[in-house]
Amino acid sequence: MFGYYLELALRSLKRSPGLTVLMVLAIGFGVAASMTTYAVFRGVSGDPIPWKSSRLFVPRIDMWGPSDSGHVGEPPDALDYTDAMALMRDHRAKLQSAIYLIAPSVIPSGAGRSPIPVDGYAVYGEFFPMLDVPFLYGSGWSADDDAHQAAVAVIGDKLNQQVFGGGNSVGKTIDIEGKDYRVIGVLADWNPQPIFYDVLDTGGYGGGDGPGVFVPFQRAVAVNMSNSGVNLCRVEPTESGFVGLQHSNCIWIAYMAELDGAGAVQSYRQYLDDYAREQRTAGRFSWSPNNRLFDVPAYLEHEHVVPSDTKVSLLVALGLLIVCLVNTVGLLLAKFLRRSGEIGVRRALGASRRAIYAQFLTEAGMIGAGGGVLGLLLTGLGVLGVGVVLPARLAHLARIDPSLLMLTVLVAVVATLLAGIYPTFRASRVQPAWQLKTN
Amino acid sequence: MTVHPILAALRRHKAGVVLIVLQIALTLAIVCNAVFIIGQRIERLNRPTGIDESNLVRAAQAWVGAPSGDDAASVEKLDELQRADLATLRGLPGVQEVAASESLPIQGMIWSGDVSLTPDQKGIDVQAAYYYGDEHLRSTLGVHLIAGRDFNAGEILHRTIRGTEASPVIIVSKPVADKLFPKGDALGKTVYQDGKAQPSTIVGIVEQLQTPTTDSWGNPFAYNSILEPVRLDGVMASYAVRTLPGREQDVMHEARKALFAANPKRIMPDSWGVQSFSDIRTKAYRADRGMAILMGVVCLILLGVTAAGIVGLTSFWVGQRHRQIGVRRALGARRIDILHYFQIENLLIAGVGVVLGVLLAVGLNLWLMTHYEMERLPVLYVLTGVLAMLAIGQGAVFVPARRASNVPPVVATRAA
Repeated sequence: MFGYYLELALRSLKRSPGLTVLMVLAIGFGVAASMTTYAVFRGVSGDPIPWKSSRLFVPRIDMWGPSDSGHVGEPPDALDYTDAMALMRDHRAKLQSAIYLIAPSVIPSGAGRSPIPVDGYAVYGEFFPMLDVPFLYGSGWSADDDAHQAAVAVIGDKLNQQVFGGGNSVGKTIDIEGKDYRVIGVLADWNPQPIFYDVLDTGGYGGGDGPGVFVPFQRAVAVNMSNSGVNLCRVEPTESGFVGLQHSNCIWIAYMAELDGAGAVQSYRQYLDDYAREQRTAGRFSWSPNNRLFDVPAYLEHEHVVPSDTKVSLLVALGLLIVCLVNTVGLLLAKFLRRSGEIGVRRALGASRRAIYAQFLTEAGMIGAGGGVLGLLLTGLGVLGVGVVLPARLAHLARIDPSLLMLTVLVAVVATLLAGIYPTFRASRVQPAWQLKTN
Repeated sequence: MTVHPILAALRRHKAGVVLIVLQIALTLAIVCNAVFIIGQRIERLNRPTGIDESNLVRAAQAWVGAPSGDDAASVEKLDELQRADLATLRGLPGVQEVAASESLPIQGMIWSGDVSLTPDQKGIDVQAAYYYGDEHLRSTLGVHLIAGRDFNAGEILHRTIRGTEASPVIIVSKPVADKLFPKGDALGKTVYQDGKAQPSTIVGIVEQLQTPTTDSWGNPFAYNSILEPVRLDGVMASYAVRTLPGREQDVMHEARKALFAANPKRIMPDSWGVQSFSDIRTKAYRADRGMAILMGVVCLILLGVTAAGIVGLTSFWVGQRHRQIGVRRALGARRIDILHYFQIENLLIAGVGVVLGVLLAVGLNLWLMTHYEMERLPVLYVLTGVLAMLAIGQGAVFVPARRASNVPPVVATRAA
């Protein structure tokens, strides 16, 4: 029977090609607009570390206190050196690391080779196991290396290619800002987006190949490798230079801690409050504790990492899809009711309401499939062309993959079937006797 | 023509009418807000920076192997390198003027602080972006000086960004001057920056100078800028180059070559090394332009779909009422009466649609205002949207309506 309905549908669609094309176009465009903006939204709002994001936490300590007007607000967006170091020293989480952005030059050995600018981070050794950073060769460094400010470095694979021509470079020496470091690990491809471990400096997204180099935090501080990221001061440092920054309460350090289980989270909160109270007793703070502890999803939400343009675009595109569907409902209604005579004959000859339903929903489904195919093409074009309307660092996150393609066709067909329900219902209510009499 | 028969007929097509009304309402709501977003973005893109943007080049670079410390010897060495670069650039053909220039409007890299009338920052406190540079900065950027004077060479300090020394003299933009000294007597007055103990004297006022950031957090002080007489010494140094008219591309090419020839130990990647100001502008507003384009495309599709929907449904009604139209014509109705019938019918439906649409548009706008950074939708946009929707409705109905008016009276005599 289904084959017969397909044939009927095809014949009916051919009978009014204009209307058919119109419906297919509407569905195609509506679905493509929604799917293209959804691809961007999915790209930028994904969980960067889904297996662990609920166990990774970002602490915030209010070291600036209430504003001049006495308003107690959100604590600053990063840590100052004093508090970051205190948290590292107390070491209350399972794993933790203070993090700051560096931008050193790496000088390849060999005459006539030009220096390579690299972005990277000064971190503690626990950074790597905490974030499950994948290594091609070697590993991160130990707590001992942290304590001794060891001249070791973890490099990204791209830098490895550029400097050493690839391969296992563990044990080789690399010149970073004029000083020698021993390569202790080479990263596999690693560039999670949003960049959840450093939202303040990156805004959450960075194109390219991810961080190129990691060095021990205390080593970087000792050799004056200054912070190349954001630096916010409530009160200007009284001393000059990088040392002045370390002694100030300017904020420039990101921080992440791994806490397994609600108990650990609870006691870490308690610890942060106790710490703030201690600072109050010591005279550094003159206000009650005002701390936060966000897990990664809450933190990304709090920092408004997903650009509001992306959300508004998705919303508007969904609106477009709804209008296209309303439009399709109207056109299907017109199309089906125009065939009241035919329906009347079929019903009079013994077709049940169910048969009418099957016939017309088949027709709607066919239009949906047509719209889906068109939508697929347009979504492909849309995602490829998204670079025209979006900055590169966001555009490259929108990808076409099998799940997106399947979703596109599915949305088109399901939406059209939904749109077809009311017109089909009306078609099934056609009175055969009345139709036969008037025609 | 009375409206009554039209209403009576519409009552027999409830579903179709409701669908068109809904479609018009949703379209109006979305298009109003989308066009408003486009308008806002275009307004943003067209904000003047206050500088003369043509024939302006920024050369930025980082030295390799240069001292990175904050000690006096390092600072002197870095400053020497920087002065050598400035001299190299000045010597290029096609160059009109060169200045040490940490950043440019809308370029992205911003240093900002608070300026107040007292060292303890009580009372008036104005947030402003700091433009570090030398005595050539104001004239190289082509910013209009409306009072006072430029820095002279003897006033230029040089230090690292983390130096704590205050600037004895500064040039402020007019909004800064007006906020600090509402009476308009800012010139020659002293102010304090970031709680530093030493005062800074305002020696000049420039008309307009946008800050380097286009991010939303910078909106409250978008035109609060201060020129600081400081050549910043650091591993990175950047320069503003004013070229002779039409020589921008040559100078960009030559500047790169000359700087590398003078000192190869530096990094100057294509992505941020030598850029014309128009490149900087394109980059800064890429997202805004993209959003405007996207909204524009969505609006076009929406209007197209809605218009096509009206054509489709009206055509169906015309077909359905073929015989009735014939009867009316046979009873003496003129063609124009039939045409008007469908036009008025559409006007009624579209009228209900736009009323509902205005409500939806305002509702959507309020929702966007609470959830995203959106401003109140101006009445003008809504009115324009209403008129446009009504016009589109009339445009869409014209073809089927004319086909209806062409139905000959003889149809009435034929058996159905």
